[in-house]
Amino acid sequence: MNVLLGIGGSEDSIHALERTIERSREAGDELTIAILENPDSDLDQQELYDRVEAELQAQQFDAEIHVLSGHPGSQLLEFAESEGTDLIVLGGGETSPLGKVQLGSIAEFVLLNAQTSVTLVR
Amino acid sequence: MSRRYPDSVAGPYEPPPKTFTDAHGHRIRVEHYDGEFDALVEMYLQFDPEDRAQGIPPTGEDRIRTWLETLLNDGCVNVVAKHDDGPVGHATLVPDDDGTYELAIFVLREYQGAGVGTELIKSLLAAGRESGIETVWLTVERWNNAAIALYKNVGFEPSDTNSFELEMAARLE
Repeated sequence: MNVLLGIGGSEDSIHALERTIERSREAGDELTIAILENPDSDLDQQELYDRVEAELQAQQFDAEIHVLSGHPGSQLLEFAESEGTDLIVLGGGETSPLGKVQLGSIAEFVLLNAQTSVTLVR
Repeated sequence: MSRRYPDSVAGPYEPPPKTFTDAHGHRIRVEHYDGEFDALVEMYLQFDPEDRAQGIPPTGEDRIRTWLETLLNDGCVNVVAKHDDGPVGHATLVPDDDGTYELAIFVLREYQGAGVGTELIKSLLAAGRESGIETVWLTVERWNNAAIALYKNVGFEPSDTNSFELEMAARLE
């Protein structure tokens, strides 16, 4: 299966990165990682790129990495269509001080507009 | 985050304790959380899964206990509604990183629709004000009209309409 992971640098997206590499290795999936522009993220896209490379190396797995600029949700979906993606994977949301799950704006856009199935990683 | 707060103060309401008769004829007492941790755990074990929102309250006793430990500490404000000395509702204010507080309220299903939630949230806002809290916020699912009406009724106004859940805010001072 062609899996496309979109990450913007938030905590839940880093968790999704680790889990999706593990999962792709176990399932023998073809993984592509798209680094998105997320204005709310503490990491810039170069720092995030380095983080992804380090994680791939640590788990000894190969994946293509692409850096996408512009509106994160729509750029990810356009890229997914051009790549023939079967499944889009995203972080499953952050939690509020009280413990409520809050979906990020990227996940929200992708869920409502994607043509493929979408997995949110918890 | 740019959150809009109402210009006017919610209430102000009377701080707990308060005793009243709800619309089902139950004598309900609202008071500050008194350290009865296990009684609250018991209430959440009875909580109807249909009434969960955005993942809380969690399910399973261990997860409920861990979650309650984060709410029932000194930095938070907690108010409990009791019937026959057992908790039937709980409302809490938890600090965020910006010096403001997130609010949530839980009422057992058989006590809903009888005015318990309204009295509980008024008491919580008053208790928060007594503790020097100036602003509070919450999120609510957009389809949950009963909850949104309750929040508006006690002084909350929508503060962020751009996400999945509706965010609402109130001013206490």
